[in-house]
Amino acid sequence: MAEKSGADILVECLIDLGVEVVFGYPGGAVLPIYDALYNHPTIKHVLVRHEQGATHMAEGYARSTGKPGVVLVTSGPGATNAVTGITDALMDSIPMVVITGQVPTQLIGTDAFQEADTVGITRHCTKHNYLVKDPGKLAGVVHEAFHIATTGRPGPVVIDIPKNVQIATAPYKRPEPVQHASYRPQIKADAAGIDAAVEMLAAAERPIFYTGGGVINSGPQASALLRELAALTGAPVTSTLMGLGAFPASSDQWLGMLGMHGTYEANWAMNQADLILCVGARFDDRVTGRLDAFAPNSRKVHIDIDRSSINKIVDVDVAIQADVASALDDMIALWKQRGHEQADLSAWWDRIAEWRTKQSLAYVENGIEIMPQRAIADLYTACQATGKDVIITTEVGQHQMWAAQHFGFEAPNKWLTSGGLGTMGYGFPAAIGAQMGNADSLAICIAGDASVQMNIQEMGTASQYRLPVKLFILNNEYMGMVRQWQELTYESRYSNSYSDSLPDFVKLGEAYGWTGIRIEQPGDLEAGIRQMLETPGPVIVDCRVAKLSNCFPMIPSGAAHTEMMLDPNQIAGIMSDEAKALV
Amino acid sequence: MHIQEELNQRHVLSLTVSNEAGILARIAGLFTARGYNIDSLTVADITDDHSVSRITIVTNGPPKVIDQIIAQLDRLVPVHKVTDLTEVGPFVERELALVKVKGTGEDRIEALRLADVFRAKVVDTTIESFIFEITGTTDKIDNFVGLMRQIGLVEVGRTGVVGLIRGKEPV
Repeated sequence: MAEKSGADILVECLIDLGVEVVFGYPGGAVLPIYDALYNHPTIKHVLVRHEQGATHMAEGYARSTGKPGVVLVTSGPGATNAVTGITDALMDSIPMVVITGQVPTQLIGTDAFQEADTVGITRHCTKHNYLVKDPGKLAGVVHEAFHIATTGRPGPVVIDIPKNVQIATAPYKRPEPVQHASYRPQIKADAAGIDAAVEMLAAAERPIFYTGGGVINSGPQASALLRELAALTGAPVTSTLMGLGAFPASSDQWLGMLGMHGTYEANWAMNQADLILCVGARFDDRVTGRLDAFAPNSRKVHIDIDRSSINKIVDVDVAIQADVASALDDMIALWKQRGHEQADLSAWWDRIAEWRTKQSLAYVENGIEIMPQRAIADLYTACQATGKDVIITTEVGQHQMWAAQHFGFEAPNKWLTSGGLGTMGYGFPAAIGAQMGNADSLAICIAGDASVQMNIQEMGTASQYRLPVKLFILNNEYMGMVRQWQELTYESRYSNSYSDSLPDFVKLGEAYGWTGIRIEQPGDLEAGIRQMLETPGPVIVDCRVAKLSNCFPMIPSGAAHTEMMLDPNQIAGIMSDEAKALV
Repeated sequence: MHIQEELNQRHVLSLTVSNEAGILARIAGLFTARGYNIDSLTVADITDDHSVSRITIVTNGPPKVIDQIIAQLDRLVPVHKVTDLTEVGPFVERELALVKVKGTGEDRIEALRLADVFRAKVVDTTIESFIFEITGTTDKIDNFVGLMRQIGLVEVGRTGVVGLIRGKEPV
């Protein structure tokens, strides 16, 4: 058999695995791989401006297409710059394969130029990682890495390839699928758990579906099955930040997002429910609030593919370790087989209707300033009017929560945000990645003036590849969420949360060959948004919003769902040290 | 404000893992990253082809944390199986220690007498010292070392615990 270089073997593997796009940045330790890519134009390479941007682009690509995102970076700083995005992908269960160059094997451990202990550094922020020292083993590792990244609970996998392994040759044959010696995720649920869950659901008087990112990760089928089971049972549905879109926001059964900035009805329904069906969510502290007051009178069923998520934070009555789609499919089949009818939940829905009258997402407008909530609501309306497929990404902060609250999501894979790690700088590159994977969609990043600057250099990437992404900045000249917490917990001592020396975003856009739009008055909002959506090519919008708006409702750290604050008048003043110590 | 701590239980975990580079760092790192305790950790390969190692970890924590430790270990890709010997039991656990003691006259005789009681073997001697080899449970070794400290303990080397389930079945 003719031998191939490690670099050629890698590229062959990527082609065999159906990889279409690689987000990367060249450097000394990956030059052989870049040379191989030069000879294999079937793989599109997106040249980023910073390696962190590549990782978030890969995440955006993965989250919006369901396919793994692929990153290629050099050794040392290339790899360390990728670490934030790798960690982000781990926290939010995004399938990603990161290929890093490494110094030649004989130099490993000598503090060689651009050497970093990449497998050591990424050991705890990857699902798995590899250092490949033999080109003969490379093909097996690459195929295994994609298998691990995309199955079970998805996550990032790093393959570190020393430069001499990229150049040395070995015979290459496409590897046959083999059963892994130890990695075998459980897809199908045990029948007993499904049985118990169905019977509890049929008998519940105050059930609620608490859904999360696991529904999205399980594929579009899982969202369809969730809708079917919700329709069969008539139960209300709420979702975490990561799960938005799995259940349509236009449904009567939809309560909105739950948790720290969730709706009044979602959090009260969680608190008062007698049965919580947790589907692909993980009882994050942003969702539960104070644990000893979390859903005190409910029984809980937890469907999760990751055993370590079950009983980690909240003890549950029924644990179902399975892929969401598989478990929901089994539940629906058994529900039908048992001939269960929808229970009379009218008393429960009456209470929910009462909570809804609080209108917890309402906000006051003064006609002078643009309220950030209004900007999101108008963006939503305008997006609907386009009739196009719309993908929304966000950075992290107030604008992210407002987007989650005021933009309605009807389908999975259309909402890309950094939930677990809360990475400022995620949203803009994620929009570029989403646009790469969905050429005909409208990819819009809703950003804040502070977070957008964390990866703003990627404007050049969008220009280079003529990606018509829209960057919609809610500019309040503050790190808004930091400022809000300082107002709430530190008597408005705004320590370093003012965005001083902001660039002129319109001119910045023009410098990169984008269209720049500034919206300053409430009366200009609709037209400005329409102009953004109708302008071909990339557009940056500097939308000047009310500077001191707070994101409500809000459950302060360490408070119970029932203690949510609906408006700034409920701010208690100074928090206790116990509350301050919580994140 | 003070930081609250929960009551801990001791558990002996037995893992089979693929014998690959970095596996020990992966396991030890998981414990530090998530704030779990390691009292002892032993590792050695156990198959003819050297492809599988057994790692025995003695840890302590509240029951919920022990469950998390097992679940977290279990999801590491190279981990084949995690068994909580304390939970599955009954099981045999042993540890080996080398204990260096110095002394003359009556101390020397007393050290030998105690070693006999604990079934410790002398593996090295000079006119003024012994090295004892002792195997047993952690408690037994702790007790022996405690007595030797009163006589003239110089230093101790301990292997950490290994354990297997009683009976004919594998873990």
